[in-house]
Amino acid sequence: MAYQHTIHQHVYRFGDLKDLLAKASPLRSGDVLAGIAAATYEERVAAQITLADVPLKVFLNEAIIPYEADEVTRLIMDSHDLLAFEPIAHLTVGEFRDWLLGDDIDTLTLQNLKWGITPEIVAAVSKLMRNQDLIAVAQKCEVITRFRNTIGLKGHFSTRLQPNHPTDDLKGIAASMIDGLLYGSGDAVIGINPAMDSPAGVTNLLNLIDTLRQQFEIPTQSCVLSHITTTLALINSGAPVDLCFQSIAGTQQTNSSFGINLDLLSEAYDATLSLNRGTIGNHVMYFETGQGSSLSANAHHGVDQQTCEARAYAVARKYNPLLVNTVVGFIGPEYLYDGKQIIRAALEDHFCGKLLGLPMGVDVCYTNHAEADQDDMDNLLTLLGVAGCNFVMGIPGSDDIMLNYQSTSFHDALYLRKVLGLRPAPEFEKWLQKQGITDNMGQLTHSQAMGRLMDHLF
Amino acid sequence: MKKPAVKTTDPWESLKEFTAARIAMGRVGSSIPLTEYLKFKLAHAHARDAVYSELNSEALMYYLKHLDIPILKLHSKAENRHQYLQRPDLGRLPSDQSTDTIKEHTGKYDISIIIADGLSAHAVNSNAVQLVEGLVQLFRSVKYKLAPICLTSQSRVALADHIAHGLNARLSIMLIGERPGLSSADSVGAYLTYNPKPGLTDESRNCVSNIRPEGLTHNLAAEKIFYLVQEAFRRKLSGVNLKDDAGLLNQPNSDLLSP
Repeated sequence: MAYQHTIHQHVYRFGDLKDLLAKASPLRSGDVLAGIAAATYEERVAAQITLADVPLKVFLNEAIIPYEADEVTRLIMDSHDLLAFEPIAHLTVGEFRDWLLGDDIDTLTLQNLKWGITPEIVAAVSKLMRNQDLIAVAQKCEVITRFRNTIGLKGHFSTRLQPNHPTDDLKGIAASMIDGLLYGSGDAVIGINPAMDSPAGVTNLLNLIDTLRQQFEIPTQSCVLSHITTTLALINSGAPVDLCFQSIAGTQQTNSSFGINLDLLSEAYDATLSLNRGTIGNHVMYFETGQGSSLSANAHHGVDQQTCEARAYAVARKYNPLLVNTVVGFIGPEYLYDGKQIIRAALEDHFCGKLLGLPMGVDVCYTNHAEADQDDMDNLLTLLGVAGCNFVMGIPGSDDIMLNYQSTSFHDALYLRKVLGLRPAPEFEKWLQKQGITDNMGQLTHSQAMGRLMDHLF
Repeated sequence: MKKPAVKTTDPWESLKEFTAARIAMGRVGSSIPLTEYLKFKLAHAHARDAVYSELNSEALMYYLKHLDIPILKLHSKAENRHQYLQRPDLGRLPSDQSTDTIKEHTGKYDISIIIADGLSAHAVNSNAVQLVEGLVQLFRSVKYKLAPICLTSQSRVALADHIAHGLNARLSIMLIGERPGLSSADSVGAYLTYNPKPGLTDESRNCVSNIRPEGLTHNLAAEKIFYLVQEAFRRKLSGVNLKDDAGLLNQPNSDLLSP
């Protein structure tokens, strides 16, 4: 179906829903690179005005990537719950934006909406929202997950400790890990990106974290971010796998370029669940996503990068993940050019993921060829803290010496907790206090009690 | 009067010997101490300056003159750095004028050497001359016929396919500035492609990475590249199927990370 809108005798035509979504998307370099962005500011607003009048029901009938051609579309359509959709079934996209912001729409209402909305609906409404709208609605959501601790409670804010090393040197990784723990980091997960995706190497890394975790009874979980096929093999060989990691995207073809499909994800999910290693919960999957991956894999079907990203969340929520992390600024300036675009994309991803019921975290990050710096990251981190983001990364001094990009530091997380009064996951917070790392106000103390921990470590 | 806040040092500074990561930085309150923040900022400044640095063509031509090989100055379709960063597709195509220049020099060559700015012209400005001198000496020892050396600006790796194909060379070697990291802003990557032609992707190439005095030295890099070139000619291929029998080779990074 085609759409159109007239401004001062200029008729703007949009070929189909996919085209309308792309033209209505806030400016970003990736959509320009793909040749699908609005040509002018006026065309973008014309598309947004047009999109505001599209009934939500249209999204249930018009697939932006054909049902027959794409298993992610099939997943989205087949898992849609008409009963949950009922409260918003009569709304247009524009009316849905206003509905979301209404004072009577609370946490429970949004939680009940989860299976009644599709990624395309959420992507569409986000394109009509300012940054403050994205924050205001996301803040109403609460997505709680559990493995060995409780992540995502309101008023709490977690970090993934990311102790990467360019050659996977065990001592080097251990040094960063200890540094992070002593700075109160690691309640979301202690997660290593391996330099080499070999089964033996990954097993060594898993053992390293698991030994430390058990020795000091740290209430957290570990993960080595290897390819899902590597993790599957490790599960079968008896390695201590807490969480199963995989990068995912919003089209079948992109996932295929990652060497995965829904069947493989299901197999890995079942295998990880069967290990039964969680003590207080059974959320076992850790997914990473990021706008631009489908364009990068030349598998976007003319769909804008933000809508592609939201579709990845349909894949994620099938597997009840513990953590979903949008790695927002890693992909480079040809997809998100500067601090403004990175910040906007992160708020969109966080909002869309939360509304779809996911435990969203954000890798607040940039590369050296992007027009961004630490000030932009400070802005984004603070905005995400206000929005109720579940977790961010914790990296020594923001500088990942393996992946060569800049993310958030252990200190950054402490700053956010301090200025917004946020606390770590409750079980982890107790552990930090017991070890003498923080006091009961959450401030770093590194008290005498920590001497015991230090004695054990060295 | 209250004393001003002082830096708290971390009692585990000894761990620094195990990693280059920025650990045990200490803190003021819970924030990063100023000296550490300025160190980080300086590293980022070097990286940013490298991204915006320009190919020093005059100096490169001057110092390569003694090799007695013609030198061509070429440009991609990306008009400036701003456009280059957002439109990698344009950085992979020669400008119309450069296409003409390439045509004028078409011949029958074994190897086309291309010096490209990539994401750090500073890297090739600092390293290309010694690297090319080493390579040319090795190539001449086995009598390879060399195409004119090309200096290209606003260039991505795949630009080499158009240039070497246009010149009619059997193999291309592009020496290109890699994306600067905080620890190094002057690292060169060498991308080697057998039978270069437009439309090839990363799996058709071999890459020798991290070429700089503190990384892979010029001599060692030239030897690695020379070994690869001989293997590529012998087996008539490059890329994922050209295995590292000598334990020397790296595959190219993913498209996201390479220039």
